[in-house]
Amino acid sequence: MDAERTYSEHASRARAALDTCERVPGSVKPDPILVADSVRREFGGIVAVDVAHLEVQRGSITALIGPNGAGKTTFFNLMTSFDTPNTGTWNFDGRSMEKVQSHRTAAMGMVRTFQLTKSLTKLSVIENMRLGATGQVGEKWWNGLFGARWRAQEADITERAESLLARFNLAHMRDEYAGSLSGGQRKLLEMARALMTNPTLVMLDEPMAGVNPALKQSLNAHIRDLRDQGMTVLFVEHDMDMVHDISDWVVVMAEGRIIAEGTPDDISKNPAVIDAYLGAHQGQSLLEDE
Amino acid sequence: MDWTLIIENSLKGMVGVNAVYFAVAAIGMNVQYGYTGLLNFGQAGFMACGAYGLGMTAHYFDIPMWWGIPLGVLFSVLLGLLMGIPTLRLRADYLAIVTIAAAEIIRLIVRSVKFKTYFGGSDGINNFSEPFREIGTDIGIQQSAEYGFWPFTFTGRELWTLVIGWLVVALFGFLVYQLMKSPWGRVLKAIREDEDAVRSLGKNVYSYKMQSLILGGVIGTFSGMIFALDRGSVQPDNYSRDVTFYILTALVLGGVAKVTGSIIGPMLFWGLFTFIDNFMRQIAEDPIKVGNFTILQSTQVGQLNYMLIGLALILLMVFRPQGLVGNRKEMAFDGR
Repeated sequence: MDAERTYSEHASRARAALDTCERVPGSVKPDPILVADSVRREFGGIVAVDVAHLEVQRGSITALIGPNGAGKTTFFNLMTSFDTPNTGTWNFDGRSMEKVQSHRTAAMGMVRTFQLTKSLTKLSVIENMRLGATGQVGEKWWNGLFGARWRAQEADITERAESLLARFNLAHMRDEYAGSLSGGQRKLLEMARALMTNPTLVMLDEPMAGVNPALKQSLNAHIRDLRDQGMTVLFVEHDMDMVHDISDWVVVMAEGRIIAEGTPDDISKNPAVIDAYLGAHQGQSLLEDE
Repeated sequence: MDWTLIIENSLKGMVGVNAVYFAVAAIGMNVQYGYTGLLNFGQAGFMACGAYGLGMTAHYFDIPMWWGIPLGVLFSVLLGLLMGIPTLRLRADYLAIVTIAAAEIIRLIVRSVKFKTYFGGSDGINNFSEPFREIGTDIGIQQSAEYGFWPFTFTGRELWTLVIGWLVVALFGFLVYQLMKSPWGRVLKAIREDEDAVRSLGKNVYSYKMQSLILGGVIGTFSGMIFALDRGSVQPDNYSRDVTFYILTALVLGGVAKVTGSIIGPMLFWGLFTFIDNFMRQIAEDPIKVGNFTILQSTQVGQLNYMLIGLALILLMVFRPQGLVGNRKEMAFDGR
């Protein structure tokens, strides 16, 4: 089935570029957008993240997988400055990010979503969307007082928000409170809102958690769409079918470290990954020792 | 029982000076609590900044009274920074603790003997509001003459404060309304719900919370100024914790996150307060006795009134949590 699939121009380009890469943890990519070096985060005595080297290829969909507690979300938090590592350096688009505060990352083109959806339930859907736009004049209080200063920009933002809502099938919910959306719709809204920042790298933390199968298909299409518009996607996911379906490259974490990298096909055959997910002794009889 | 008097006083209470300074302070608290979700329990501290800013011009600096306005604003900006810098990065509860403590510290400092030369100690500062009264006289309001129509009859002295006071209410009400419609207000409302989401979209949450705290505080400062100008004096114990909580009660009564709520709330609060007070005093004048036991003595009226206000707040929270004009829908969704 895989062999018959046709890939979009962007997908083929990403896959061709990644095909030349070594299938080892920390492999070098031809055009990385995100590069992390010896990033380490400890919580008390527990090492949550210990990434020696990671590169994420520009214009690709990269999946970050691993068993629960592998440090995937912590790694996301570190990359977006929501948490500070004990040691480590990382670059985004050639710029060093260690000293950058979390609210600045969005303006630089790096935007994230959350595992537990953070739609702002008491704002309307369209207000959620408008909030996402960066560089708003009216977000300075002295400009906010004078409608004339921000109305024109607001109209542009609204137009962009509406076209995004239409793309994500939320146009009919425009003026509803976000709290009245279903769980899946909230995921869509959060993704659409993140796109309002005009990102170059979109980091999705479990976009499929709690989403019904029908909506999963459309979410898949939306994520592919992001790549086909030139964005880079890095996402954490447990749904292996989805990972296999849409990602160009897969990075596997376990116990804070990166244990494998490769194309989805490589990874599903990799014994280290199977060990990490199922335990090293899977398939053996439990009674063996007796 | 004189119902005419009770109703007259209640209606006057609704538009009186108390309602005015409560409304201004409530507009400020609404910015912080209603729109941004900041629990500022130290609004009385900000009010003291304004009142003492005015008072100190006469008592300590010996400069024209009008300098007290920028001085009070400066004090409250400093107070906002002092409270906000250590706490706004932390969870909301810490701000609540720090603000309530900060307001008490201010009150204890200004009433202390040590700093009597600056703040006048527990006697406060008196007789400094003449320049304010003079403007009223200059435009033709006679201080002791009666103005208005039933039931709203006021002396010229009261009238002048009320005119200025309601103008200030209108000004800040309009200001806050405009701001909350703007993208700036949208960021605040989003912070009220989820800081991390807002941060991930590239907004400097810390800075916005600080702006909100200071803006609300500066508005509260003007409330303190109105109160001080009306009395012509500043007393430290007028700025204690309970003032903050009555203002909060009035705000919740009207409805949070609505400008109209922060104005109607204090009006109703004082209307209701005056009504219950007058009603009970009339009962106490001719007390009902059961044997040797008097049902209500006039000395008990004050305390009982505050108890009833507390009861009213409890009932309100149970049956109408959005207040009188609040948006039920906006309040109904339970966050995450």
